[in-house]
Amino acid sequence: MNLAMQNIDLLMPEFIMAGGGLALLMLGVFLGDSAQRIVSNLAILVMLATIGCIAIHSSDGSLSVFSGAFQVDDFGRFVKVLSLLSAALVLVISQNYIEQKGMGRFEFPVLVIFAVLGMMLMISASNFLTLYMGLELQSLSLYVLASFNRDNLRSTEAGLKYFVLGALSSGMLLYGISLIYGFAGSTGFAEVAAATEGGLSLGLVFGLVFLIAGLAFKISAVPFHMWTPDVYEGAPTPITAFFAGAPKVAALALFVRTMISAFPGASEEWVQIIVFVAILSMVLGAVAAIGQNNIKRLMAYSSIGHMGFALVGLAAGTEAGIQGVLIYLAIYVATTIGVFVCILAMRRGGEMVENISDLAGLARSRPGFAFALAMLMFSLAGIPPVAGFFAKFYVFLAAIEAGLYPLAVIGVLASVVGAYYYLRIVKIIYFDEPAPALEPKMEARLAVVLCLSLAFTLGFIAVASPLVVSAEAAAYSLFP
Amino acid sequence: MGWPILSVLTFLPALGALAILAARGAPGSARVIALGTTIVNFLISLVLLAGFDGSTAAFQFVENASWLGGGINYRMGVDGISVLFVILTTFLMPFCIAASWESIEERVGDYMIAFLVLETLMIGVFCALDLVLFYVFFEGGLIPMFIIIGVWGGKRRVYASFKFFLYTLLGSVLMLLAIMAIYWQTGTTDIAQLINGDNRLPESMQTWLWFAFFASFAVKMPMWPVHTWLPDAHVEAPTAGSVILAGVLLKMGGYGFLRFSLPMFPLASADLAPLVFAMSLIAIIYTSLVALAQEDIKKLIAYSSVAHMGLVTLGIFTFNHQGVEGAIFQMLSHGIVSGALFLCVGVVYDRMHTRQIADYGGLVNRMPVYAACFMVFTMANVGLPGTSGFVGEFLPLLGAFQVNSWLAIFGTTGVVLSAAYALWLYRRVIFGVLDKPGLQTILDLSLREKAMLFPLVFFTIALGVYPKPVFDITSASVAHLIAFHESALDAAALLEAAP
Repeated sequence: MNLAMQNIDLLMPEFIMAGGGLALLMLGVFLGDSAQRIVSNLAILVMLATIGCIAIHSSDGSLSVFSGAFQVDDFGRFVKVLSLLSAALVLVISQNYIEQKGMGRFEFPVLVIFAVLGMMLMISASNFLTLYMGLELQSLSLYVLASFNRDNLRSTEAGLKYFVLGALSSGMLLYGISLIYGFAGSTGFAEVAAATEGGLSLGLVFGLVFLIAGLAFKISAVPFHMWTPDVYEGAPTPITAFFAGAPKVAALALFVRTMISAFPGASEEWVQIIVFVAILSMVLGAVAAIGQNNIKRLMAYSSIGHMGFALVGLAAGTEAGIQGVLIYLAIYVATTIGVFVCILAMRRGGEMVENISDLAGLARSRPGFAFALAMLMFSLAGIPPVAGFFAKFYVFLAAIEAGLYPLAVIGVLASVVGAYYYLRIVKIIYFDEPAPALEPKMEARLAVVLCLSLAFTLGFIAVASPLVVSAEAAAYSLFP
Repeated sequence: MGWPILSVLTFLPALGALAILAARGAPGSARVIALGTTIVNFLISLVLLAGFDGSTAAFQFVENASWLGGGINYRMGVDGISVLFVILTTFLMPFCIAASWESIEERVGDYMIAFLVLETLMIGVFCALDLVLFYVFFEGGLIPMFIIIGVWGGKRRVYASFKFFLYTLLGSVLMLLAIMAIYWQTGTTDIAQLINGDNRLPESMQTWLWFAFFASFAVKMPMWPVHTWLPDAHVEAPTAGSVILAGVLLKMGGYGFLRFSLPMFPLASADLAPLVFAMSLIAIIYTSLVALAQEDIKKLIAYSSVAHMGLVTLGIFTFNHQGVEGAIFQMLSHGIVSGALFLCVGVVYDRMHTRQIADYGGLVNRMPVYAACFMVFTMANVGLPGTSGFVGEFLPLLGAFQVNSWLAIFGTTGVVLSAAYALWLYRRVIFGVLDKPGLQTILDLSLREKAMLFPLVFFTIALGVYPKPVFDITSASVAHLIAFHESALDAAALLEAAP
């Protein structure tokens, strides 16, 4: 097998996604919107096939492809599987919603596929140009998705806001990349790492700061978080569920790889910024969510806080820290998808309701649903024995190892403050007098995904080691 | 023993909860399943007690299984200190279920599930031999208790449940960070290794870690000045919730001091003992005075609990045999007595739906049996010789006297004050003229209530007259604990003396 063929073989998961996406696009164009359901189901199959392909190659080790532009390793495989699973589950739960809302167009699953393809490129990028290409492929798909309910004012507003701010952040990122290229002489991570080994020149510091600002925007870390609540609230709910999962995972993975692979010698500089951003995100996520009444806005602030906690692992900058980030992301995605299933199931008289007070007394009318949502809330709050505790456990474990005591203390205190608003939801579900009952039946697809999410959340304590071990292997693959 | 008795004890209640779930939470079957499970669990714990060897300080019935990896494993085991708390928990649980038999009418299935899950977590706390596992159980108990207070509590239940949860959580998270620091320092979270000095922590770290653990246990105990969640939680919780709160959950703090603070941070414990003494004395005197001023029976007992827990911390930090054993005994005794007092309050509350002292009076005329039971528990709370309370108050004070006579003198004023508020409470509720209209037709104890209170009367007196069985179990472990503590101090002194 010659070199080009070998490269193509290693990129097979990406090719499956790209080919699948194009094929489904054509299928959609030929069959029209009536084929939406078929296209959506096929899209899920494409993603599962991609996961299968990644699984087959799981023992390949770390390989560099296309002259160092693309890195295939355990880290990438871990995060890709996570993103794909998250996106596939979103497609599963969104089917009925978009049909009922008159958004049943075949572009939806196709856009999701291209967004995920962009994420896969981001995750494996080991060159700033690959990084930017992947990021833009992802972002452009997401802008369209945010305004997918094109006749709805809030949805189009969300899309526009997201686009304007996203474009700004991409600009900052690109500016940072150009500075780095100018001062380091290359866009490859390995070359930049070599150039920054002895410390950063002033130009590189500027480049790094712009780069981090752009990346922080993508994971909605404070102070680049302003778009999140509006977009979360305005976008159609399944798409919000998508935003909360896969793009966050991919962007954070990109963040991690860029910092660890391209700037290992400058960790003193970037750790300061990450610590600062992490603290702000954790604190703002905890405090600002208290006043929210719309559950989607609340989840937006919750996601800001969670990104802060995940960044704690990156701030540690060690293998244990990256392992913590990966475990955090996996548990976060699994829990969040369950919460969004619950939000999707909040319907009364055929209409979606989004206020927290609509959940009042749910424990009496829908005990199973109420229990699931309460457990997911405890998981987000990080209370043992549910999974969310272990997510926080591993990132703080790494922070303590790295000696970041103030960060860890502020982090756990922020988690106590954050626990308040998660508890508030539990309180509304369990303690309050019942509001008019929600629609009694949950459609089967939603119920299945909710059960999966709940099983993961509750069962993690008993079968934690596979995830912990694979995250450890993934983290080690990032360090040469 | 061939079977993992501790895991069975821990997870059997959770299985019972699943059974209730399978029965779709029907009230009748939920009650029966819950009672059956807790009684079977108690019987199993008696098997544990029978197989327990009191002559050794080593951990027994040890179980080991891999869990999270990286040296964090599923380890269970009991020694002379923890085994009694396991028994206390399994002993009190059937009473809690029985106390809720009629008074809980709404969402019975959920209630029983919450209690059974709570039992699993409580037993886990006392059996866990791994710091992370301990923390999971310790903190996990917040969830069911939060639900119990919040759903089946009184008028201000929401406030009380949030206060309980957030206070305790705030205390605990710092301990979590300390656990992590210990993990990186020593490379293990195995409690048996950590408390046997194979991995002694440097003195500079000990103080910080001690404070982090202290934050958690002091809130849980609760010690003055972080005790304010307790009266709220007690008042709003349903009867059984108060019983389990006073009977078991508060003991986790004292257990934590004995299990972790003393052996793992001996130097810091010795250095900071005066701080604990000061806080304990303030708790004993101040909260006793506060108890005197209460109008609500449950609140009065809650403040009296804080005072009694002050005696426990006083005893623990004397680092001598009498003090530590006395503290353990006081925790057991208080677990039974305060639990029983809350049950007594529940008895009249179920009939009258008020907890105000002023609404009662002259109950002895209509409820002689009740009055007699209540008297035994009141006397035990005061520390009258012949009741378990006496042993539990006398020994810590004896231990304190060896350390500093002023300590004992101030501590003893607590006994005097407890007599004042407890007897006054008793006089106002039980004696006097039966002139409140609602009380004219009040009925004495039913068969179910007798079955609940009589065993507790028996144990209160039996442990007061013949406390030796308890000390037979604890003494070896306590002796080991104290010897280890002293050897650690000696080693540090030697190190300091060396140039």
